Amino acid sequence: MDFFPILAALRRHRTAAVLIILEIAFTCAMVSNAVFLISERLRRMDRASGIAERELVRIQVTGPGRQENAQAVTQEDLARLSGIPGVRSAASSRQLPFGNSSWNSGLTVAPDQLHASLNASNYVGSETLFETLGVRLVAGRDFTRDEYIDEEAALQSTATLPIIVTRAVSERLWPGENGLGRIVYMGPGHPLRIVGVLEQLVRPNELRGIGDFELSVVLPVREKYKPNDNYVLRVDPERRAEVLAAAVAALGHSRHNRLILKQQTLEEMKNEYYRADRGMAWLLVSVCAALLIITALGIVGLASFWVQQRTRPIGIRRALGATRGQILRYFQAENFLLATMGIALGMLLAYGINQLLMQRYELGRLPAQYLPIGALSLWILGQLAVLGPALRAASVPPAVATRTV
Amino acid sequence: MRVFYYLELALRSFRRNRVLTALMVLAIALGIGTSMTTLTVLYILAGDPLPGKSDRTFYVQLDAEGKENYQPGGEPNVQLTRADAEALLRARRADAQAMMTGGEGAIQPSEAGREPFHVDVRYTSADFFSMFDVPFARGAGWTEREDEARARVAVISKQLAEKLFAGSDAVGRTIRLDQHELVVSGVLDAWRPTPHFYDLFTGAYEQAEQVFLPFSTSRDLDLERMGNIDCWGEQSMTPTALVAPCAWIQFWVQFEHRDQAAAYRDFLVHYSEQQHESGRFVRPPNVRLRNVMEWLDEGKVVPSDVRLQTWLAFAFLAVCLLNTVGLLLAKFLRRSQEIGVRRALGASRRAIFVQFLVEAGSVGLVGGVLGLGLAWLGLWAVRQQPQDYASLAALDPSMLAVTFVLAVASSCAAGLLPAWRAAHVTPALQLKSQ
Repeated sequence: MDFFPILAALRRHRTAAVLIILEIAFTCAMVSNAVFLISERLRRMDRASGIAERELVRIQVTGPGRQENAQAVTQEDLARLSGIPGVRSAASSRQLPFGNSSWNSGLTVAPDQLHASLNASNYVGSETLFETLGVRLVAGRDFTRDEYIDEEAALQSTATLPIIVTRAVSERLWPGENGLGRIVYMGPGHPLRIVGVLEQLVRPNELRGIGDFELSVVLPVREKYKPNDNYVLRVDPERRAEVLAAAVAALGHSRHNRLILKQQTLEEMKNEYYRADRGMAWLLVSVCAALLIITALGIVGLASFWVQQRTRPIGIRRALGATRGQILRYFQAENFLLATMGIALGMLLAYGINQLLMQRYELGRLPAQYLPIGALSLWILGQLAVLGPALRAASVPPAVATRTV
Repeated sequence: MRVFYYLELALRSFRRNRVLTALMVLAIALGIGTSMTTLTVLYILAGDPLPGKSDRTFYVQLDAEGKENYQPGGEPNVQLTRADAEALLRARRADAQAMMTGGEGAIQPSEAGREPFHVDVRYTSADFFSMFDVPFARGAGWTEREDEARARVAVISKQLAEKLFAGSDAVGRTIRLDQHELVVSGVLDAWRPTPHFYDLFTGAYEQAEQVFLPFSTSRDLDLERMGNIDCWGEQSMTPTALVAPCAWIQFWVQFEHRDQAAAYRDFLVHYSEQQHESGRFVRPPNVRLRNVMEWLDEGKVVPSDVRLQTWLAFAFLAVCLLNTVGLLLAKFLRRSQEIGVRRALGASRRAIFVQFLVEAGSVGLVGGVLGLGLAWLGLWAVRQQPQDYASLAALDPSMLAVTFVLAVASSCAAGLLPAWRAAHVTPALQLKSQ
């Protein structure tokens, strides 16, 4: 296909050609970045939390902190909850992944270190916490029964207490090792020896930054009841609703000055946590679809106009022996050329937009594989859009076009 | 009136090119609809929660932390320690000042058989209500004297009053919060500052609290706190103790004129130096005094997603307008013969230009009306989202006006090039019989 005559012909319709190129360029740039953003959000929502998400339900209780026999009430509650049919394991926990509220501490590797090496979220709960949450140890062990210590005692103690950290913490502090046996400090008077390393346990929120989402530690503290503590139960996925209802009934709405604040499955918590990302992904999908439709309609509109303007030249070409197929191919080649120029410009724009997004919105760099996707979709779109007008052009009878009236 | 003639011409042209006109109107409507939806959400979230007073109301920050994690010139902790807040309150160096923090508790209704329920509480001091223009339906807040006396008083929200006292006057009645009795001194009118600027830790766009009571009383009764607390150094006492090294209190000041802020800032530096001398403050003076909008900016209140969506919508509008330019060009140049005839009859280039500009503007107007409908639909969709600001998303009169101005202005801008091209059509060429 000879492109030079096409280019020459386009020069006479510069404005319209430039408009189509610009429209394709903008659409290409926006669609590439939008698809990238969507995949980033989906990836974010797919992150492993380290716990058995589909098997957990939680009940959050609140009520005044100063309570008589708070510890005994908790034990009684746990006993009741464990007795519910379908409950494989029950635990209490001050915080949970996707729970939003969190308790965080700075960790140092030396007692006199002034700047924290990292900030980790602290999980404390009953002895059954690990088996209930379903977290996996990659090194070391869980706490033993007698390692658990009351909260006040822990504050006063200067002995080295055990601690369990996630693999991410160990990697950050001692890259390449698993940190077992090492000592960390939460403040100068509190050394802690790492006795176990978890594969994964994410924080309740990302307020400290997305990169620190996996930095958590577990402390062997027999927590005193605090408002907004959680009871978490491990059940079979199919029985979650039934067990949740039974658990709420078993706890009673307001025994011992405690109110049930929230009751939900962990999956619901996770969905709530990511609802903004989901909303953004949906918005991007709609905008992409709308963009492609609008661009297609624009091409159809302009191409029809062109065909109408060039009825006579087309007729003359037909009269001189051009077949319908050749006329059709001419218009499709012209559109292909415009699309290519638009896509080339669009790629540059896409990278430009990506740079902006990287700076202001913590996005990654646009990977190269998104560009062929954008290019291909716009080529196909262009060809489909021009098909109608091109077919109409091709069916212009030579006789009609060469009439002078 | 030429304009009416042009409008009539425009209408005829619409009828002759129904499909093309419909495409253009649809494109503009989609672009306007998405832009106005996102712009309205941004406008609501980024608005001034204290109009008229926001430039003379300031948030106070001091640097009370220890040697650990000290970065020279870094941001001090977002909140104050209890000792500092109470000291600044006693000093009374501003025209109005208030300390506050979040809390929560259980209200036990007095009728038998009714279950207790959870409420969000705010512990604060007397000036809170006048500083933030909090509207009262009945009664009033409490006085400074009552602050000092740790009086058992409370101010409750309209919803709570209705829930507990169903229409009868709540002022003077008693409520039970966590087993403690408090006397209601005032009932608030509907109040929802957007954003919830005075404490961003309890939710930037949350509803206001249901119960307000003096901070001093809350400590006396040892009520539960809510929000963010940062502790440092030796953790040897309860975090909420008076001298605990923990930051959990917000402190706001207000002046008659905003130039008084500089003097207050000096006072804060002087106070920090005094604390440094006495050994309580380890770090050199590092104070912040930001007004409401600066404070919201620093706290990055508007979610970055909302900003991103607004940019996305406007980029989409730009593509829609490009589209419109092309379609307008096609539409206008299709009528080259008509233009030639008009020019031959004496119309100037300017007249043709204005005629087509009016046509472009009227496409924009129709597109704007449709776009308004789409924006209304879009905001309805936003209200269905479970975000805490969702229920606030609604079109207000100023946004309505902006919609129309945006629609007509952008379509006129889109019509500039096509109208210019139409005006420069050579009449002679068009009037030949071919």
